[in-house]
Amino acid sequence: MSDITANLAYESHSIAHHGPRLRISEKIALTAMGIGSMLLALSLIAVNGSTSETLKNLWFNISWALAIGGGGYFALSKHLKDRPGVRNQGKTTDSLTARGAWGWMLGIVFTGFYIIIYWFPQYLEGLTRLHDGLSQFLQGKPADEWFVYGTVYTILTTLMGAKAIAKYRHNRYHIVRTSVIIFAQLIFAYLFPAICVKFNQPEVYLTYFWPLAYDKLFPSTVMHLFHSGGLGYFIAGWFICGTFLATPVLTYYFGKRWYCSWVCGCGGLANTMGDSWRQLSDKSLKSWKIERWSIYSVLALIFSLTVLLWCEPYLPASMKEIVYQIRRFYLFGIGAVFSGVIGVGFYPLMGTRMWCRFGCPMAAFLGLLQRFNSRFRITTNGAQCISCGNCSKYCEMGIDVRHYAQRGQNIIRASCVGCGICATVCPRGVLSLENGPTNNRYNHEEGLSLLGKMKSR
Amino acid sequence: MSERHIVILGNGITGITAARTLRKRSNHRITVVSGETEHHFSRTALMYIFMGDMRYEDTKPYPDDFWAKNRIDLKRGWVHSIDSQQKQLLFKNGESLKYDTLILATGSKPNRFGWPGEDLEGVQGLYSYQDLEMMERNAKGAKRAVLVGGGLIGVEVAEMLLTRNIQVTFLVREKTFWGSVLPIGESAMINREIQAHGVDLRLETGLKEILSDGEGRVRAIQTLSGEEIACEMVFLTAGVSPQIEMVKASGIECDRGILVDRFLKTSVPDIWAGGDCAQHREAPEGRRPVEQVWYTGKIQGERLAANICGDLAEYDPGIWFNSAKFFDIEYQTYGWVMPKLKEGEKSFYWEHPEGNKSVRINFEEKLGAVLGVNVFGIRHRHQVWEQWILEKKTIHEVLTHLGAANFDPEFYSQYEIEIISAFNLLYPDQPVELKTKKGLFSKFFAKILK
Ligand SMILES: Cc1cc2nc3c(=O)[nH]c(=O)nc-3n(C[C@H](O)[C@H](O)[C@H](O)COP(=O)(O)OP(=O)(O)OC[C@H]3O[C@@H](n4cnc5c(N)ncnc54)[C@H](O)[C@@H]3O)c2cc1C
Ligand code: SF4
Ligand code: SF4
Repeated sequence: MSDITANLAYESHSIAHHGPRLRISEKIALTAMGIGSMLLALSLIAVNGSTSETLKNLWFNISWALAIGGGGYFALSKHLKDRPGVRNQGKTTDSLTARGAWGWMLGIVFTGFYIIIYWFPQYLEGLTRLHDGLSQFLQGKPADEWFVYGTVYTILTTLMGAKAIAKYRHNRYHIVRTSVIIFAQLIFAYLFPAICVKFNQPEVYLTYFWPLAYDKLFPSTVMHLFHSGGLGYFIAGWFICGTFLATPVLTYYFGKRWYCSWVCGCGGLANTMGDSWRQLSDKSLKSWKIERWSIYSVLALIFSLTVLLWCEPYLPASMKEIVYQIRRFYLFGIGAVFSGVIGVGFYPLMGTRMWCRFGCPMAAFLGLLQRFNSRFRITTNGAQCISCGNCSKYCEMGIDVRHYAQRGQNIIRASCVGCGICATVCPRGVLSLENGPTNNRYNHEEGLSLLGKMKSR
Repeated sequence: MSERHIVILGNGITGITAARTLRKRSNHRITVVSGETEHHFSRTALMYIFMGDMRYEDTKPYPDDFWAKNRIDLKRGWVHSIDSQQKQLLFKNGESLKYDTLILATGSKPNRFGWPGEDLEGVQGLYSYQDLEMMERNAKGAKRAVLVGGGLIGVEVAEMLLTRNIQVTFLVREKTFWGSVLPIGESAMINREIQAHGVDLRLETGLKEILSDGEGRVRAIQTLSGEEIACEMVFLTAGVSPQIEMVKASGIECDRGILVDRFLKTSVPDIWAGGDCAQHREAPEGRRPVEQVWYTGKIQGERLAANICGDLAEYDPGIWFNSAKFFDIEYQTYGWVMPKLKEGEKSFYWEHPEGNKSVRINFEEKLGAVLGVNVFGIRHRHQVWEQWILEKKTIHEVLTHLGAANFDPEFYSQYEIEIISAFNLLYPDQPVELKTKKGLFSKFFAKILK
């Protein structure tokens, strides 16, 4: 090959991550995204209740169009200009993904956003009014800050979901799974509840079950649904079946992934927007210990609280006060601070799935089922593991996958959400997510190299 | 058995597996010595550190407190010679360390063939952590690198350099990449993959000399045909050989590697050897005397530790297998698939029309027993293939149940039907019909694993 053709061939490859690599179109896209975001930010101070409909709608359309168009183009282009394949180069050196300055800044911005929306929503007034048009259209009433939150959440899941699909486009498991996540968020966690409101029905999120959506099985909710007639019966039944029937059955057949990595919006955000930070999860034994304490404590707490609430009529007045205090603590401490502020705010600092790993009672419940009564496991392929560590590094749940793989053992862990990334990044084809008969699911006998075991069979 | 001090030289996979096995089976005092790094890390992950997929810490398979917890002492230092009379190791810095039993697991070093200029600055191999640090230094400001010698490490180096925007020219002496190991179909696929990533692959091109800039740094290389290629880095990636100078000089019998018997004993009492540095006086059936792969080091470390504990048995690596990744194409092999067929062997090869997936099964012509498989771009199950090869299943039986070997992720396209139709076209007398589809513990798989 002559020098010139070598150069041409070289230009066409693009796994490079060092040095200048922005195309002109990408610079334009970034500019658009920047302007769009600034317009959105500007609305905080420039828009209020008296701003005209026309101006608000124009502002809304332009700013979101620029932000979505620019951001979407940039996110997709970043991956589509690479050949399909595992591309984690630079994850541990780039400022954004390796807790550098950009990572910290973004962590603070995310956390700040949650603090404002929970405790100082009045400062979001301008942004909220900007979304009135959309809110009127979807739910037939003016927007509130939670409508804005849902909109931003859904847009991020969708856009970054498209990015995740582009990044993992060589792997059909991720294409299918991510598409379902986006669909679940867009339809069941955004449009459907909004339309319910529009038709004067209770605002229901069909994909959130007790104990994650803790109030779903509180007596007040269930009674309210029972009293609101036909549809109410259906919805109450849906939630009761969701927790007590669908969860054990589906987890038995597919593992907890059916929920955590295919349906749940928290997992959805983690696997779409959070994908770039999954490697930051702590892999130490100590954090596993903390995880077990904290997640099962939350499960115990919400379980007791729910039981207590159902018993409330029979409780003495002093106990009622205690139950009320527990409830307040749960709503504030777990529902807001843990799941939102820490859970998402700390993505760029402590990895995605902080909430899913340390706090979510649904994950705890699903995890117990997965650990003790499920056909799901990650199979280790004989003795092919070379202990490189990619699987552990990119496990968002902080599971030391390599620990099992290098011993030839299957991976069966309560916390595994079945995202499948460990199997994807493994350069030697060692791991596979599988459902199968429960006998022989554990293969954790003594013996270092599987080979010895295999031959002695 | 009385407690002894067992010293292990080398903290690679061989030495560390030996240490772990000894600890599980005994109360001996264990010391692991290495000059390279304080803790064991995964050499196979060197590329990921350079590319920024992982940090050095992430490549350590055990947490740092693992060693103290398991009473395995670690000692960092370069050993200068072994005094087998006094039973001690002498270190370069003058220290010494007594042992009762010594395990040599010193690994390999990159081959050098005495090319003119191979000691210039900017010329290096990639084997150790120090090599990686040197690579990091040499890569600063480099625009172009020349790789000499096609093999697994060469492909990894090419991928590493490309992530830093360094152009790569890859000199391969054979007609086709890794032609001494891969049959032409697979090798051609990898040639294409290497080129598709922008590597300037020069087949049938040898190195004549490395040229200096006059100040001791590489300026260019010259190929055997006289072409000069300017570059700032040169990588010698033409294989590795056992790192044994010091061992040889200490009077332990060596050939290409440290000579060991079937029990992994060396010529000197109480000294054992295993892994990359060992050469088997009598190689196990069908195996090479020196095998430089991860898992053989692991099995040898485990075996020799068991032997030291008195559970004496010959080293038996079982059916050959291996795996690698060439840019984005994964490769797995089970059993033996040689680039050239031996007398009485046949080969069945299927390649996906897109040219990035293939399956090759070699089998005995007469009985049809399968000998080995190469899979590219598809993952296959180790246990299933091992069983098939051990039990001498025929190619017909294997193809009938081919799905049982499929280890690809869920939702992936399955090619068993295409593969079998291709086979039936070639051998229409006894057409095969697919009976076992992919899936865990499909009927057949459940049967063979009991
Ligand atoms: C880049 C790269 C990629 C690879 N990829 C694969 C792969 O995908 N699959 C595979 O099967 N194999 C792979 N290999 C080969 C595999 O890594 C080796 O076979 C394996 O690491 C050998 O292990 P070992 O324990 O025998 O020796 P080593 O890992 O080499 O350990 C020997 C240790 O002993 C130390 N030592 C030696 N002499 C002295 C002395 N005199 N004083 C002090 N310390 C000393 C060395 O510094 C070293 O730390 C790869 C190798 C490299 C370099
Ligand atoms: S073990 Fe694998 S599938 Fe499970 S959570 Fe970790 S990366 Fe995902
Ligand atoms: S399972 Fe794969 S990714 Fe994990 S350590 Fe082993 S080879 Fe590496």
